[in-house]
Amino acid sequence: MEQVPLLHVLILSTTIFFLGMYGFFARRNMLMILMSIELILNSVNINFLAFNHYLYPHQLEGLFFSMFIITVAAGEVAVAIAIIINLYRRFNTVDIEDTNTMKY
Amino acid sequence: MNVELSLLILLFLPLVSFLFLSLNGKRLSPALAGMIGIASLSVVTVLSLITAYGYFFEYGSVADVYQKLEPIKYEWLRFNENLSIDLGVLLDPISVVMLVVISFISTMVHIYSWNYMHGEERFQMYYAYLSLFTFSMLGLVVAVNMFQMYIFWELVGVSSFLLIGFYYTKQSAIAAAKKAFIVTRFADLGFLVGILLMSNGAQTLDFGVLIERLSVPSSPFTIAMSTGATFMGMSALAWGLILVFIGGAGKSAMFPLHIWLPDAMEGPTPVSALIHAATMVVAGVFLVARLFPIFAISAPDALEVVAYVGAFTALFAAVIATTQTDIKRVLAYSTISQIAYMMFSLGVAGWGEGHNEGYTASIFHLFTHAFFKALLFLGAGAVIHAVHSNEMADMGGLRKKLPITHYTFLIACLAIAGVPFFSGFYSKEAILSAAFHDNKLIYGVALFTSGLTAFYMFRLYFRIFWYKEAKADHGHGHDNHESHTWAMNIPLILLAIAAFGAGYIPFGHFVSADRSQVELPFHLELAIPPVAVGLIGILIAYMFFVKENVKALNVQQSFGAFYKWAYNKFYIDEIYLFVTKKVLFNLVGRPAAWFDRTIVNGMINGSASITAFSSESIKKIQSGNVQTYALYFLGGVLVVTSLLIYYFQ
Amino acid sequence: METALFYILAGLIVTFAAMTVFSRQIFRSAIYLLTTLTFIAGIYMMMEMAFMAALQIIIYVGGIVVLIIFSVFLTHKSGENIPGQPLGRHIRSGVLAALGLVLVLGVLIDYSFTPSMQAPIEATVQNVGRQMLSYTDYGYVFPFEIVSLFLLSALVGSIVIAMRSKEEKK
Repeated sequence: MEQVPLLHVLILSTTIFFLGMYGFFARRNMLMILMSIELILNSVNINFLAFNHYLYPHQLEGLFFSMFIITVAAGEVAVAIAIIINLYRRFNTVDIEDTNTMKY
Repeated sequence: MNVELSLLILLFLPLVSFLFLSLNGKRLSPALAGMIGIASLSVVTVLSLITAYGYFFEYGSVADVYQKLEPIKYEWLRFNENLSIDLGVLLDPISVVMLVVISFISTMVHIYSWNYMHGEERFQMYYAYLSLFTFSMLGLVVAVNMFQMYIFWELVGVSSFLLIGFYYTKQSAIAAAKKAFIVTRFADLGFLVGILLMSNGAQTLDFGVLIERLSVPSSPFTIAMSTGATFMGMSALAWGLILVFIGGAGKSAMFPLHIWLPDAMEGPTPVSALIHAATMVVAGVFLVARLFPIFAISAPDALEVVAYVGAFTALFAAVIATTQTDIKRVLAYSTISQIAYMMFSLGVAGWGEGHNEGYTASIFHLFTHAFFKALLFLGAGAVIHAVHSNEMADMGGLRKKLPITHYTFLIACLAIAGVPFFSGFYSKEAILSAAFHDNKLIYGVALFTSGLTAFYMFRLYFRIFWYKEAKADHGHGHDNHESHTWAMNIPLILLAIAAFGAGYIPFGHFVSADRSQVELPFHLELAIPPVAVGLIGILIAYMFFVKENVKALNVQQSFGAFYKWAYNKFYIDEIYLFVTKKVLFNLVGRPAAWFDRTIVNGMINGSASITAFSSESIKKIQSGNVQTYALYFLGGVLVVTSLLIYYFQ
Repeated sequence: METALFYILAGLIVTFAAMTVFSRQIFRSAIYLLTTLTFIAGIYMMMEMAFMAALQIIIYVGGIVVLIIFSVFLTHKSGENIPGQPLGRHIRSGVLAALGLVLVLGVLIDYSFTPSMQAPIEATVQNVGRQMLSYTDYGYVFPFEIVSLFLLSALVGSIVIAMRSKEEKK
C-alpha cells in the first residue's frame, strides 16, 4: 500500500467526514443522525491510523487513539440509544424537530 | 448611683420598652403592655429627678455658675478633622429642666392613657409609640451635637406622625398625620440648611464649641460669618440662625407654619397633651434657647425676627382661639399662642446683666405651661371621654358629673389666665416685664393677648362646666363618669398640684442665659396690668357664658366679617391649599408629571421597545432545534477556520 | 494490485457512505452503514493494522450497528419511508458540507507530507497488549482504567435513562 500516497487516504477520510456532516444536518431522524456521527468517527479513525502508518510507523500511538475512540463510540451509542428510546416513549417520535421544547 | 449609668438607663429604657412592646405587640395582654410602659417611664422620671437634684445641688455648679457637662460623649461619624457627628449627653440647666418636664408629663400621660385608651384595638402599639416618642424627645434635649439634635428631631417628628395617625382607619386622622409630617418636614429642611451653614462657618457641629466660637464677637469665625457675603441685608450668620429658627418654628407651630397643630388634634387626647402641648412643640423654643448666646451676641437682627414672629403668632392664635367651638382646637390655638409667648420672650431678651430676664422667663413659662396645658388637655380628654364629642354644643353643666375634672380644669384655667398665686402668673409676669423693658410694641401685643387668653380659656371653662345642661343624652345613664377612672384622676390631681405650685420655684436660681444664678425681679407695677386685663377677660367670659344668653351672639354679630374670618382661621389653610394645589400642582407638578410621563417614560419605554423589537425579530434563531444550532456552529467554525488559515496566515 | 484494491475500496466506501446518508429508508441506511464500516475495516487491513480491523468488525459491525438496527426495529415499522423534508434544509446542509470539504481539501492538497523512513513496528496483538498495560513511559494503563470507568458509567447511565420513571408507570 506504499504506492498509495497519504494524501489520497486523507481525501477519502475527509469525504466520509463531510458526508457524515451532511447527514447530521440534513436528516431529522435521530437514528440517522446517530449513524452520521458513526461515519464521522470512522473518518477520524482512518486519519489516525493513516498518520500512524505513514508518518510514525515506529510507534503505535495512532492505533491506541482510534482504539479509545471506538470504545468511547460504543459507550456513546449506548447512551444515545437510551435517550432516543426515552424520547420516543415521551413524544412517540424520533423526529428531532418534534422534540423542540428547548427554545424561547 | 453614678451619673453616666443613670443617664444611660434614663435614655435607653424608653427605647427598650418601645422595642419590646412593638416586637411583642399582640402577644402581650394590654394590661401587661400598659404596665411595662408606665413602669419604665416611672423609673425614667425618678432618674431624671435624681439627675436634676444632682445637677442643680451637687455637682452642676462651680462658683454659682452652672457648667455645661458632657458626661457621655461618643464620636459616631467623623467627616474631617473639624467636623464630626457625636452622640452623647449634654447637661446644662435647660436640658435638665426639659428632662424633668418630659419624663414627668410623659409618665402622667402613660398613666392617664391606661383608662383613656382602654379597650382600644392597638393598645400595645400605642404604648410602644409613646415610649418611642419619649426616647426621641429625651435624646433631643440632651443632644451634644447639632446633628444629634437633628436626628432626634426627625425621630420626634416620626413618632408624632405615628401617634396623630393612630386611628389610621379615620380619613381625617390620616390627612392630619400627613399634614403634620409634611409641614414639619418642610420646616426641617430649613433647619438642615441652617445646620450646614452654621457648621460651615464655625467648622464644628458640637454645640459647646459652636457657641464658644460664634458668640465671641472677636473670634475669627464670627467675623467671617457676619461680615462676609450678605443676602437681603443680613449676614450669613443671621441667615443660618433664621434657617435654624424656621426648623424650630415648624415644630413649635409658629405662623405661618402653625397649620398642622390644630389638625394634629385628630390624635388621641393624651397624645395631644404630651406631644402637642407640653413637649414636642416646645422643641423650637428649646432650640432657640440652646443657641441663644449666638443669637443674642452675634446676630441680634435674627433674634428680632424671632421676637416679631412670636409676638404676631401669639396674638393671631389667640384671636382664632376665641372663635373655635371644638374644645381641642381651642386648646391647640391656645398652645400656639403660649409657645409664641416663649418665643418672643426669647426674642426680647438680650445678653448681659439686666437684659437676660426674657431668657429665664421663657424657660420658666415653658416649664409652667407644660404642666397646666397638659392638665387642660387631659381634662378635656376626660370631658370628651364622658361626652363622646369634641363640640362645645354637646357640653355644658358638667361640673356635677365630673367634679375632679372640674376643679383641676379650673386650676389650670386660672394658671393660664395669669391669676395671682397660680404658676402662670409668675412666668407670664416675667415675660411681660422682659418685653416691657425691651420693646413696647411687643409688650402691648402681649398684654392684649393675655386678656384674650383669659377670655377664651374661661369661655371654654364656663361653656363646658356651666352654661346650660347639655340636652343630648348619649345613652349611658350613669351620673358619675369619674368613679371608675382612677388612672385618669391621679394624673389630673398630680398635674393640678404642679400647675399650682410650679410658679413658686425660684427659677432664676436655676436657669439664666449665662448660666449664673440670678434673682428674677418682681415688679409690682408691671404685675398689675396683666392681672387686670386677665380679670376683665374672665369677667366678660363669665357674663357671656355662665348661663345661656344671647350676649355672646350679639357681640359675635357685631364683629361680623371679622368673626367669620377668624372662625375660619383667617383662611390660612385655604391659602396653603391654593398655593399647593393651584400654583404648585398646576404650574410645577403638572409640567413635571408631563415631562416624566412623556419624556422620561418615553425614553425608558422606547429603549425597552427597541430591545423587545430586536429580540422579537431574532428570537426565531432560538428555534429549539438542536440540529439548526449545530448548523450555525459548523458555519461559524468554517468561517473562523478560513479566517485563521487564509487571512491571518 | 494493492493500489487498485485501495481505490476500489475507497470508491465503495464513499458510495455506501453516501447511500447511508441519502437513503429514504432507515433500515437500508443501517445496512449501508454496516457495509461501509466493513469496507473501512478492509482499509485497516491494507494498512497492516489487522488488530484494528478485527476491532472494527467486532465492535462497530457486530455491536454498534446491531444496536442501531435493534432500536430501528423498536421505533419504526419496517419498510416505512422516512417523511421527506424541505429542500431548503438539504441545500443549506449540502452547501455548508461542500464548503467545508473544499476548505479542508484545499488545505490538504497544499500541504506536503514527508513519509517516515524509520523501521516500522509491527502492530501485533502482543505489542499492542504490552503497551496497553504498561505503566512505564508511553504506557496506556491509566487511560485504560479511565475508559473502563467511562464504560461502567455509560452502562449505568443508559439503564437509568431508559428506565421508566415511577410516575410514568402509573
